[in-house]
Amino acid sequence: MPSGFIIRKNQYYDSVFLMGISKRISDVPGVLQNAVLMGSETNKELLADIGIRGPQIEAALPNDLIMAVIAETPQIVREVLDRLDEFLLGGAQVASTSNPHSFEEGLVQKPNANLAVISIPGEYAAREARKALHAGLNVFLFSDNVSIEDELELKQFAAKKNLLVMGPDCGTSLIGGVGIGFANVVRRGFIGAIGVAGTGLQEFTSQVHNAGFGISHAIGTGGHDLSDQIGGLTTFAILDALEADPQTKVIAIISKPPGVKTLVRLIDRIKTCTKPVVGCFLGTRAESHEAKAKFQRSSTIDEAVWRAIDLAGGETVTDKIEFTPEENEWIAHEKTSWNSEQKYVRGIFAGGTFCYQSQQIFRDEGVVVYSNAPIDSKYKLQDSNRSLEHTFVDMGADEFTLGKPHPMIDGTLRKQRILTESRDPQTAILLLDFILGYNASMDPVGELLDAIIEAKQTTKKRGMHLIVVASVSGTDGDPQDLNLQIKLLKEAGVIAFHSSAKAASFCRKLLK
Amino acid sequence: MEFKISELLQMPIVVINLGLKKFAESLEEQKVEVVQVDWAPPAGGDKEMMDLLDQLL
Repeated sequence: MPSGFIIRKNQYYDSVFLMGISKRISDVPGVLQNAVLMGSETNKELLADIGIRGPQIEAALPNDLIMAVIAETPQIVREVLDRLDEFLLGGAQVASTSNPHSFEEGLVQKPNANLAVISIPGEYAAREARKALHAGLNVFLFSDNVSIEDELELKQFAAKKNLLVMGPDCGTSLIGGVGIGFANVVRRGFIGAIGVAGTGLQEFTSQVHNAGFGISHAIGTGGHDLSDQIGGLTTFAILDALEADPQTKVIAIISKPPGVKTLVRLIDRIKTCTKPVVGCFLGTRAESHEAKAKFQRSSTIDEAVWRAIDLAGGETVTDKIEFTPEENEWIAHEKTSWNSEQKYVRGIFAGGTFCYQSQQIFRDEGVVVYSNAPIDSKYKLQDSNRSLEHTFVDMGADEFTLGKPHPMIDGTLRKQRILTESRDPQTAILLLDFILGYNASMDPVGELLDAIIEAKQTTKKRGMHLIVVASVSGTDGDPQDLNLQIKLLKEAGVIAFHSSAKAASFCRKLLK
Repeated sequence: MEFKISELLQMPIVVINLGLKKFAESLEEQKVEVVQVDWAPPAGGDKEMMDLLDQLL
């Protein structure tokens, strides 16, 4: 296929900006594939994967911009490459020429800064985080692809200085009511949270708000913090801080399975905590405890919300996942429309925590689910792009997001997967999640709506029936319109819930 | 000046944002004091050169 590339020396742009440019180029008729990237080694490998290579590419530096196009004709390739400036200018917001270009320059402009928020490529992120810690700042490290050795070194250094490192791979924090990264608008209150699972923290804080209660602080630690290699350095530091915080009455910990040794140490520490603690360690089995015990385990995020509210002295409308008579009737009716081939649920998740929690809900009822991010490695998909029996896919996993935007920001890959699954005659249910809040897509449902409608129509034409179930995680204060998002889903025939655990439980009930 | 964790929870956060502009924008929307750093790899991204620069500074 005709292809070409252009390199601009020393012209650096951030990855989200470049992905936006790439998307606009994809819309040009005749363009089959394109990439607009900085010349890092990782990106050069991505280019080689699509057949773009050569001595100039090899010689490109991380500060050099590379635009590569594969199109139907050489003329289209040439035309698109000639329009590079137009695409870049079209994507650019009004840039301030007085913006600093380094951490050091930033510190000169803001000498009173107490937090560095870092979202630069992982290979440089540890260095900048170290500088911030040296300067006495706390760090919110969104970047991923930071080595575990660097993470340990940063957190050990931070511990000596009584500073916080949230991350790497930390997407969410709410500190003093301020949302950092992907965060929802929630009222202030008495419930504190520690998030070792990013979208899990968003779901927890949103549900607390939706139940009429509030959050003191909800702080992310990054996904590896409770591994035995890191030993919970950030989690323990936040636990100390929330224990001492006058606003916080109860502390919840939302996490995937911690390392075995770290979990033991954490539970020992929790038992000495002067405030009640709810531990939601998804994927682990919680032993039972007394109803009013100061340390309680919960199996789902929803249960963690109910227990936290109860321990903070509040009352909740419900303390279990249950369905209305109308919903039960609907279940009984809808499954009669399946044909005998349709037997599987396919979950296509933007939130890794939701993918994990949904697997747990099925596993606890003895149902095997395959995944690219499995709870049990026995059920790992051989090919993340090909579902097997019941499958829940984490579309935010590395294999889908290298060089591409996360599904919380851009629905393109999820749209394609919806259509793929709808072409499989064994698909009975699609399970989707939508996550609102700062920095997420402004219309997550809208982005997938056409694909959902097409999937249902494709299935209908084959004389089959596709049930689509979804959860929408967010609050009425979020920049997106929560009620409208739910309305759009319902109008498209999707059964929508405010809780991912409830949506997964509904799917389980449908399949019984 | 060092801002300990407990102080971070009690005082307004003041941010230096390195990287994605949208993060600074969402903080500004929430009336947080933030400076956007249009970060680019120093020394053209050459890691050896960056190490040398770090040693000099």
